[in-house]
Amino acid sequence: MINRFLTDVGRYVLLMGKVFSRPEKRRIYLRRTINEMEAVGLGSIVITAIISVFMGAVVALQMSINLEDGFIPRSLIGYATRETMILEFSSTVVALILAGKVGSSIASEIGTMRITEQIDALELMGVNSAGYLILPKIVAAVFFFPFLCILSILVGTTGGYAVCALTGVLMPGDFIVGLHLDFKPWSIVYALIKTSVFAFIITSVSSFFGYHARGNSLEVARSSTQAVVASSITILIFNLILTQWLLI
Amino acid sequence: MATDMIKGEHITKSFEGRTVLDDVSVQFDKGKTNLIIGRSGSGKTVMMKCLVGLVGLDDGDIWYNDVCFSRLDFQQLKAIRQEMGMIFQGGALLDSSTVEENVRLPLDLFTDRTEAEKRDRVDFCLERVALSGVNHLYPSELSGGMIKRVAIARAIVMNPKYLFCDEPNSGLDPITSGVIDRLIAEITREYKITTVINTHDMNSVLEIGQKVVFLHEGRKWWEGTRHDIMHANNPELEDFVFASAMAKRTRKTTSRRSEKHPEAVMQQLF
Repeated sequence: MINRFLTDVGRYVLLMGKVFSRPEKRRIYLRRTINEMEAVGLGSIVITAIISVFMGAVVALQMSINLEDGFIPRSLIGYATRETMILEFSSTVVALILAGKVGSSIASEIGTMRITEQIDALELMGVNSAGYLILPKIVAAVFFFPFLCILSILVGTTGGYAVCALTGVLMPGDFIVGLHLDFKPWSIVYALIKTSVFAFIITSVSSFFGYHARGNSLEVARSSTQAVVASSITILIFNLILTQWLLI
Repeated sequence: MATDMIKGEHITKSFEGRTVLDDVSVQFDKGKTNLIIGRSGSGKTVMMKCLVGLVGLDDGDIWYNDVCFSRLDFQQLKAIRQEMGMIFQGGALLDSSTVEENVRLPLDLFTDRTEAEKRDRVDFCLERVALSGVNHLYPSELSGGMIKRVAIARAIVMNPKYLFCDEPNSGLDPITSGVIDRLIAEITREYKITTVINTHDMNSVLEIGQKVVFLHEGRKWWEGTRHDIMHANNPELEDFVFASAMAKRTRKTTSRRSEKHPEAVMQQLF
């Protein structure tokens, strides 16, 4: 098992070497990157917004239940909602969700291209298939996912505000006071750095599993599942590393 | 040495201990339609993938003229591959691209032609395969025969020296198969390409096989022309050639007639 893991790591590094080798024509890659931004980024806006608004609302409600002690200011509900959204939810949890949505889509797309010989056809034309197919996806995700993170923070805190206003668990004014409390801009930078790293992990790991798919549709399905599992685990490990490195 | 010739020397390839190609030496000539025939699992596809470098060799060498193809590095391989065109069994068109985008991809990546020049070249190639006006369709909107023809257009768009076709007739009706065969043969003659075709379709062999190599159990079993194949004294080849009921019946009839008029029978066949 360790042997297989090390082999896969080696193959992943070799693949990334091919991905980041000099593109044949930059203009073509740029056009592909813009198309990928539409597929990978714009296509994920709705799911990110829906999940974030509900998550922000739930976080605010749970905070209100857990902070019922009279000695704790109620405005801390807004503060806790904001911090949860910025530090963990909008970067890590959204990345885990996108690993499922975007990662499986990338792995199955590239895997299908592999088993239907489309990748062989590209190689035969003299095209660096790894660079042509994978690089635009990585660049698109690394640039676009931070916007999804910001969207998630905004929509999530709005969800928290809305649930407080609608249920009356907290005065909206108190929630706003909490949002302004002890705000550290570095937290946003930290969230954006994490999101970009996670975007790289999702696209590169999923592409790796798709690119090395062999056989038939069952193998493509398996590589898609492996891509999601491996991306998720790698995200969690890097979450720990980045938190230790950037926040402590 | 003749130009644009492909030569394989002692090609050997195994997968997980199972030998698929065993010491195969073969030569494919310029301007000819060279056919590799054999039963399913005889090693035809692996042979072709070895020839184009998609599968590495365990032993042996492949030569394109005086260049040892099997020992090139990545960049040299890329350069020589721009002289190749290949038609895959399923067409292998990029699903997310239109017919025009598929055909013009090599032009976009490897040439400095203007937009108008590229469009003209794409139109010319599509016209050559009798597919004008389908530029904006996606592969999912095409029939099997159309996919094969788009694949041919894409393969010839860069004026290749070498054309490889992996079972170009699979999944096609006999009439469309004939159209594809004739198209490949015409293109080979017209552009003096060295064409290598994998097939187990005897119609293709009799119609366009200028040179035929028969693989059996991973070995080269027989080599000759389509004219030789009907009277080759090789039991495995005969089993393959006369496998279909129609071929068996034709054989019976022609053998009776050929005893009396052998030349007339051969003329009728080719």
